[in-house]
Amino acid sequence: MEAAGESLRDTELRLGLPGTDAPEKPASTVTRGGKRALPEDDEDGYAKSNKSSEEEEQGEGDLCCQEPPAAKAQVVGWPPIRSYRKNSLHARKVEGEAAGLYVKVSMDGAPYLRKIDLKVYKGYKELREALDDMFKCFSLGEFPRKEGCSGSEYAITYEDKDGDLMLVGDVPWEMFISSCRRLRIMKGSEARGLGSRH
Amino acid sequence: MVGGFRWAAMFPDEVWEHVFSFLPADADRNAAALVCRAWYRIERRSRWRVFVGNCYAVEPAAAVRRFPEVRAAAIKGKPHFADFNLVPSDWGGGAEAWVEAMAEGWPHLEELRLKRMVVSDDCLELIARCFKNFKVLSLVSCEGFSTAGLAAIAANCRNLRELDLHENEVEDNCLHWMSHFPESFASLVTLNIACLEGEVNVSVLERLIGRCPNLKTLRLNHSVPLERLVGLLHRVPQLVDLGTGKFAAQHHPELFSKLESAIAGCKNLKSLSGFWEAGPTYLPAIYSVCEGLTSLNLSYATLQGPELIKLISRCKNLQRLWVMDLIEDDGLIAVAASCKLLQELRVFPSDPYGAAQPISLTEHGLVAISAGCPMLHSVLYFCRQMTNAALLTVAKNCPNFTCFRLCIMEPHTPDYITRQPLDAGFSAIVESCKHLRRLSLSGLLTDLVFKSIGASANCLEMLSVAFAGDGDAGLHYILSGCKNLRKLEIRDCPFGDKPLLDNAAKLETMRSLWMSSCSVTLGACRQLARKMPLLNVEVINERKRGLPLELQPDNCPVEKLYIYRTVAGPRSDTPSCVWILR
Repeated sequence: MEAAGESLRDTELRLGLPGTDAPEKPASTVTRGGKRALPEDDEDGYAKSNKSSEEEEQGEGDLCCQEPPAAKAQVVGWPPIRSYRKNSLHARKVEGEAAGLYVKVSMDGAPYLRKIDLKVYKGYKELREALDDMFKCFSLGEFPRKEGCSGSEYAITYEDKDGDLMLVGDVPWEMFISSCRRLRIMKGSEARGLGSRH
Repeated sequence: MVGGFRWAAMFPDEVWEHVFSFLPADADRNAAALVCRAWYRIERRSRWRVFVGNCYAVEPAAAVRRFPEVRAAAIKGKPHFADFNLVPSDWGGGAEAWVEAMAEGWPHLEELRLKRMVVSDDCLELIARCFKNFKVLSLVSCEGFSTAGLAAIAANCRNLRELDLHENEVEDNCLHWMSHFPESFASLVTLNIACLEGEVNVSVLERLIGRCPNLKTLRLNHSVPLERLVGLLHRVPQLVDLGTGKFAAQHHPELFSKLESAIAGCKNLKSLSGFWEAGPTYLPAIYSVCEGLTSLNLSYATLQGPELIKLISRCKNLQRLWVMDLIEDDGLIAVAASCKLLQELRVFPSDPYGAAQPISLTEHGLVAISAGCPMLHSVLYFCRQMTNAALLTVAKNCPNFTCFRLCIMEPHTPDYITRQPLDAGFSAIVESCKHLRRLSLSGLLTDLVFKSIGASANCLEMLSVAFAGDGDAGLHYILSGCKNLRKLEIRDCPFGDKPLLDNAAKLETMRSLWMSSCSVTLGACRQLARKMPLLNVEVINERKRGLPLELQPDNCPVEKLYIYRTVAGPRSDTPSCVWILR
């Protein structure tokens, strides 16, 4: 019954209270209690800052503005954010990623499905635009520009956590993304029965 | 004295004590104590509040002996850069020596405030046992203790008024520590447990705060669910400062209206914080108190710009705002329009390391705030781009800055329009802001900026420098100028031995100097230590390869250096990675 929206992370066994993350590495500083590790052991795999190694000459090197390098080595303790705040950010980020709201999107008549992360969108308008973009290659017809399906061939519906098929757009966005399990773009003829916002 | 007349004897000691009681600032009392022996004697017997900025600057026993009547003590331990993991975890800053000395000599101690110290449960138990009239415990950025230690405090400090735990690392081994407050205990005024990781027994908390009629500050931790906040607030409608727990829940109209009315019932609310995991759903529940708010900390809430604007525009009397950079320039423009009384702004990065969707928080936001908020005097701003022109404008708009901390997140970032270093911008700041006490630099900077700072920053007490400067001259400008400099912390700058040795005497006028990943050699440190007996020159070398430090040659580079003035001599609790040179 659990929907396709889960990422792999949800199936991982982890220690810790629900809603908290587990340390990525064992015995690392990560979030809770305990001592801070030496910089080399720092949880995010920071490289030592480039001045501190005694092997290096004192050459100034490329101290000028850097072009974005492929993989940036992170510097210890920079930017200067307190461990406490850094840990809170990290915890929330990991939580957020774990709970990433990836849902399958199917379109009637399309040969394959897509997957989108609902968290990326700020509201219904953006969602519709994104779906439009994603599925227009199938040239299967016009998308409903406004709520409801009057006058267009397709309706965007979703399956909620109770398994019911619902019309997208009725409830506040926040409530929608917390209950949406998958999206289905339905042919207008079928969608008629779902009623609308006349 | 003139003609041998002992003028201090004109009045009995009590009169002088009364006179001194009008000198609140330590600096003034220190000055009075130097006038004559009589004043020294009288002043020391009447000082009841001491501040020890560096726990190793004086022997605890000596401090306790000199001021026998102390009721309130504040002590700081580790250097500031410990906040950013630059100081080894075993460096020091333990509180035992102080707590033991105080237990011995200040049995009437009522207030203890510790910052960046290692506080063990034993310390907490000692405090709980020895100070019969203990009222205030404030621990900021400390570590080493657990909730078992808190249980001891709860059980024994019958007159406790404030338990203020701010951003500490606390081990959670005693779930029911709060149950140790006796049923008769009712004296709490401040309870800040925001930093605790573990579950809080909300029912116990409800009963506790329910019997504390003087409770003004309550800051919960993220484990307290939104539903329970309602019940808590009903018990403390007199609250002035509230830190919410988790500020998110499934959308329930009933919960919303309960929360809304509970918050509205707190008619004296001036400060709000917490907001963990806050989403837009429940934010409107606090709208009713926005007008009265003077302090708002949303820095742990990943709310987006539009939601933030809706909220903050209602806070017309806001004096302090802490927020994430998700507010973006548009949000800050709205703040500038609405919050005319704003004094302090802190903007934190939501994604300091990643390359997530770029946030539109730039120099424009800072300029807008500087233009719109005439009372602004303290800024902490994390961003990714800056221009000299913007800084010049900010400097012109805000000559009253006392604290300006700008962090451009990529080291060595120049003015993104002109590609010039940001010397001109920061120079404008120090030249315009004559009362600037604290400054943090960032971006691409040459020695020129230090020349300006040395020459103009006459009130500057604390300076933080990273990835800046061209060579020794930079450091020399600072140490030979900045006559009120107390704390200097430097990392990853090409500053070497010469300016240190040339300005050795300056170091005795300062509390401390931290230098890491610079170009200082062991030889210079040895020289400095020999020359300046009143300084502890600590060399920190975490990678223990090769010879021990005593045998290393003079040209051996020093990774990390911490120098501070002290009358206590070398400390005895150094870990293996720290050498104190003599």
